[in-house]
Amino acid sequence: MGEIKLIEIKEEILTDNNNAAEELREWLKQNKTFLLNLMSSPGAGKTSLIMNTIRALKDRFRIGVLEADIDSIVDAEKVASLGIPTVQIRTGGFCHLDAFMVMKGLDAFDLSKIDLVIIENVGNLVCPAEFDTGAFRNAMILSVPEGDDKPLKYPLMFSVCDVLIVNKIDYLGLSDFNMAALYERVHKLNADITIIEASCKTGEGTDSWVNWMDVQMKNFLYGKEPDNER
Amino acid sequence: MHELPIMEKILKIALRHAQANNVTKIVAIKMQIGRLSDLEEEWIQRYFNYLSKGSPAEGAKIEIEWMPIVMRCSNCMKTYEADRKNMTERVCPSCGGKDGSLLSGKEYYIKEMEVQ
Repeated sequence: MGEIKLIEIKEEILTDNNNAAEELREWLKQNKTFLLNLMSSPGAGKTSLIMNTIRALKDRFRIGVLEADIDSIVDAEKVASLGIPTVQIRTGGFCHLDAFMVMKGLDAFDLSKIDLVIIENVGNLVCPAEFDTGAFRNAMILSVPEGDDKPLKYPLMFSVCDVLIVNKIDYLGLSDFNMAALYERVHKLNADITIIEASCKTGEGTDSWVNWMDVQMKNFLYGKEPDNER
Repeated sequence: MHELPIMEKILKIALRHAQANNVTKIVAIKMQIGRLSDLEEEWIQRYFNYLSKGSPAEGAKIEIEWMPIVMRCSNCMKTYEADRKNMTERVCPSCGGKDGSLLSGKEYYIKEMEVQ
């Protein structure tokens, strides 16, 4: 056994990704393309919300969708059926998207013709929260059947999002979901988050979501530049 | 869940420093990880062992110093440490305010490594 020496490293391991995300945001600003990162657990309603958003906003903005899926293309096919440019990234078992994967996915679009790209991240409340994708805003969906206790279990996800859509409120009467408790828990983690109650199925609350999106887009395209997220 | 990509990044950084310092064996890697990370210590080591086989980092021990979760109160703007287990139950110890925002607790920082 030789003598043991100490070498200083002092490196944050996500620095590479964080730098790439900053570069991507800078480039998208110049290009006037807004990037939204949508996260949730599987089945919470990401694809349905994206479809509703497209229907409501496609006459106002040119939209593209970046679909991340571990190994299937069913979501991409649904979105593409609305006539929207859709790029599928198969993460090949990876549980999240990072800024490098997003950059690669964006290469497949003609971004000069797109005002808004929505990322449908991998369905997962753990890993996507840790990786900055380069998006200007992080959105998450929590659906009523998942329960009001999710902020207790996945605090980081709720901490990094700018907006929370509580989906499937048409199930409220069938469950013991406590909306007031959810608001309190979420605001303890993130006082600045916007919470929108909606049902992608009945369309309730869609207006509030579309208005939120519209404000973000108008600020980005015509007004003040959005703050970098995180 | 994402131990593998994280451990790959750690290994890459460690090997880069090993090469720059002409090190042939890494004995330990000392890290600071925020308490909000969902990585488990046991799995961190296991994945690292798997990835580092045959490299100068084979057999290295990952030593983790868990870093506190720091929140800022939205009411009095003071900062305080929060416990992962009761993050959604706690109140600000100074003013009793409920709402807050996260300042730190999600870092993955490699401090130093022991080498031979």
